[in-house]
Amino acid sequence: MVNINNNVQDISTCFHCGEDCSNKKIALEEKIFCCSGCKMVYEVLNQSNLCTYYDLNQNPGLAQKINVRADKFEFLEEHSIAQKLIRFADGKQTHVNFYLPQMHCSSCLYLLENIHKINPGIKSSRVNFTQKEVFIIFENKETTLRKVVETLTSIGYEPHISLQDISSKKAKKGSKNRLFKLGISGFCFANIMMLSFPEYFSLGGFMEKEIGQAYRYFILLLSLPIIFYSATEFFITAWKGLQNKFLNIDLPIALAIAITFGRSLYELISDKGSGYLDSMSGIVFFMLLGRLVQDRTYRSISFDRDFKSFFPIAVNVWQNGRFTPMAVEQIKVNDVIQIHTNELIPVDGILSKGEAEIDYSFVSGESIPLAKEIGSIVYAGAKQLGANIELVVVKEISQSYLTNLWNKDVFKSEKHSVSIIHKLGKYFTAIVLMIGGIAGLYWFLQGEILLMWNALTTILIVACPCALLLSSTFTNGNILRILSKNKFYLRHPDVIEDLSKINHIVFDKTGTLTPNKKAKVLYEGLWISDEDKILIASVLRQSTHPLSRIVLEHLSATQQRDVDSFKNTVGKGIEGWINDKHIKIGSAEFVQNDLSEKQGSSVYVKIDEQIIGVFRIKNSYRLGMAEVVQQLKLKYKLSVLSGDNDAEKPYLTSLMGSDSELLFNQDPEEKLAYIEHLQKAAQRQVMMIGDGLNDAGALKQSNVGIALSEGTNNFSPASDGIIDAHQFARLNKFIAFAASGQQIIMASFILSILYNIIGLYFAVQGTLSPLIAAILMPTSSLSIILITYGLSEWAGKKQGLQ
Amino acid sequence: MQWVIFANKIMSIIILIAAVSILIAGGFLIAFLWGVKDGQFDDDFAPPNRILFDDSPKEKIKK
Repeated sequence: MVNINNNVQDISTCFHCGEDCSNKKIALEEKIFCCSGCKMVYEVLNQSNLCTYYDLNQNPGLAQKINVRADKFEFLEEHSIAQKLIRFADGKQTHVNFYLPQMHCSSCLYLLENIHKINPGIKSSRVNFTQKEVFIIFENKETTLRKVVETLTSIGYEPHISLQDISSKKAKKGSKNRLFKLGISGFCFANIMMLSFPEYFSLGGFMEKEIGQAYRYFILLLSLPIIFYSATEFFITAWKGLQNKFLNIDLPIALAIAITFGRSLYELISDKGSGYLDSMSGIVFFMLLGRLVQDRTYRSISFDRDFKSFFPIAVNVWQNGRFTPMAVEQIKVNDVIQIHTNELIPVDGILSKGEAEIDYSFVSGESIPLAKEIGSIVYAGAKQLGANIELVVVKEISQSYLTNLWNKDVFKSEKHSVSIIHKLGKYFTAIVLMIGGIAGLYWFLQGEILLMWNALTTILIVACPCALLLSSTFTNGNILRILSKNKFYLRHPDVIEDLSKINHIVFDKTGTLTPNKKAKVLYEGLWISDEDKILIASVLRQSTHPLSRIVLEHLSATQQRDVDSFKNTVGKGIEGWINDKHIKIGSAEFVQNDLSEKQGSSVYVKIDEQIIGVFRIKNSYRLGMAEVVQQLKLKYKLSVLSGDNDAEKPYLTSLMGSDSELLFNQDPEEKLAYIEHLQKAAQRQVMMIGDGLNDAGALKQSNVGIALSEGTNNFSPASDGIIDAHQFARLNKFIAFAASGQQIIMASFILSILYNIIGLYFAVQGTLSPLIAAILMPTSSLSIILITYGLSEWAGKKQGLQ
Repeated sequence: MQWVIFANKIMSIIILIAAVSILIAGGFLIAFLWGVKDGQFDDDFAPPNRILFDDSPKEKIKK
């Protein structure tokens, strides 16, 4: 196929990352780059002959606008820190694993596996794409850990090194084990079925007896690995349930498997028949298959992140007359630490040097950065936006405010909701036992002891709630699959059911309803001439304050003038002289001594002595937010919790309706308490949607906590599910789809009951032949799998999901 | 009498066939388990793409 867009695209998008760069471009050899970072990556790759990177996919890179500080990875030279990252070292070679969240296409794969061309000290690099990890072996003589990390960073793949990686190694054994079990049970099941065919059709008249005998013992042999290996997890969970005095759904299954096996063994040994080993192996196989489908793991996504994964692992500490990197855990009270621009502050401290522009959006949800003066306390989790600062540590990392929040009880208790399947399973087991009892009693009274045993065991065999479990595991599995294709990732199948039960939705504002870093600018005041625009823009360019950046982008002035005697008053505003004109930009207080206006998001401009006007920065809301809220309002109670000021209250009230609760200036603990209040006092099933660490407690407390993430590469707090920010507008469809899953499970459950009634009809009479069992079991399992799959696909289509 | 001999022959053949078929299936099972253990199912993206990359001329000489 010819790509028509090809020609058009080249004109104004960055060759490296594909971002629009019509405002500002850097050209090199007929190629255009949006920033010097992207250009630098291209140059590195060009030098090392790795431009295949750009041939495999168009604009495969990621924007490199944020420069990495040159000594950022100095801490990797510290032996004790490096030791925690290294997997193996023998003095000559070192093996190390890095997590690279930027990895997304085959170009990344190509580049990372050819990285030895850039840094010859690297002997081998192997990518695990699903885990987004690269395994690197390098020679100690030729390069160091720090240089390897810097090489990766120079080509745009900065490894994510965090405290969490160090303190816990992930366990990944489980899924392999299950594949083993599945493979073995599949093999045994298929062969048992094959060997049973002659029996079903009673082929061969008098040959039957001897061949049949041989075949039966083959079958018995094949069923041993199933019962003693593949089916062990059913027995183990059933036993654990019994120990905790909890009748779980695995108990009737374990019972049915055990009874089937025991009865078959008896029939074989006493030469009375061939038993039901074929049915038993089929049940085990389909059940394992269902669990494999249901318990899908998103290996590249982590739902369990705590604050540690957000924090740097080392920070510069003043020691012996200079700043040296030190692991964060080793920081002591009264140490002096240095924080660079755009770095997260890992411990609570008092500002001792420099001008702090603290962005608390991560911790509290406030969207506007705060200025802090020397002597004021800065809490862990904040991000420094201004120049370098120094802090005197007042609390160690294990005692800081954020860590304390994490140690609250919510984070220790696991949520327990009894699934509908378990409830149904209980009734089901009771009914089956009752039918078995009645049938047994009937035959006993008739004096047919043999038939009594027959009836009793076959009833338990036929009525095992496998079909019920199959219907839920396959439905949930397919729903998880469809949702994840639409970038809504749920942690566990039980979340689907919780999602269908919610009746109250709570939104976080900053970062959830409003995207970070995107704002709408409204201008009020005199008309600004182009010349004045250039003057204002020139002054704004001197400042790194986010509001300056937003206004600067809004003005889109192309020319620049030199600014004389520029002055920045932290937290207030900026001023400077251009050609004898005095330009003053900042808050109302700063520009016109007006204290009445609250600190907020307005930028006043004054040229010489005349107030020109004011730029009001409004939150811009996520695309499709209004529509999705309108839809959700019809079915659910809505609330908004914001750590920000209430400037947006009028708009949100008009949007959400007057019966929705809107709370502002909420700190993380208040958010958590609000959710708790809804659950306890109002008996609500709450879904919370948030994005930052400040929502972490509320997400954990709510019945369903969904973290919103701008791209799954980014880090999100611990949650039950992660939704991609661009899919936010389809939230109502996702919820509706999850709810339809419950209906599908019920429908297929009714079907499975029909099968059970047919089976029971034979079983109570004591006449269930192995043939009927062998036909009934796979047909019921297969038809239930097909129906759940078909129905869930259809329900997904109905909601417009892929 | 001939019938019985014939039947016995067929019986031994069928048992043989069954044994052979299980052996073959067992071979596939071992291959599957080997694959699982080796991590063939761990990453379904990298290997099929890796094979498509051309080695640069220099590297070809090295090998």
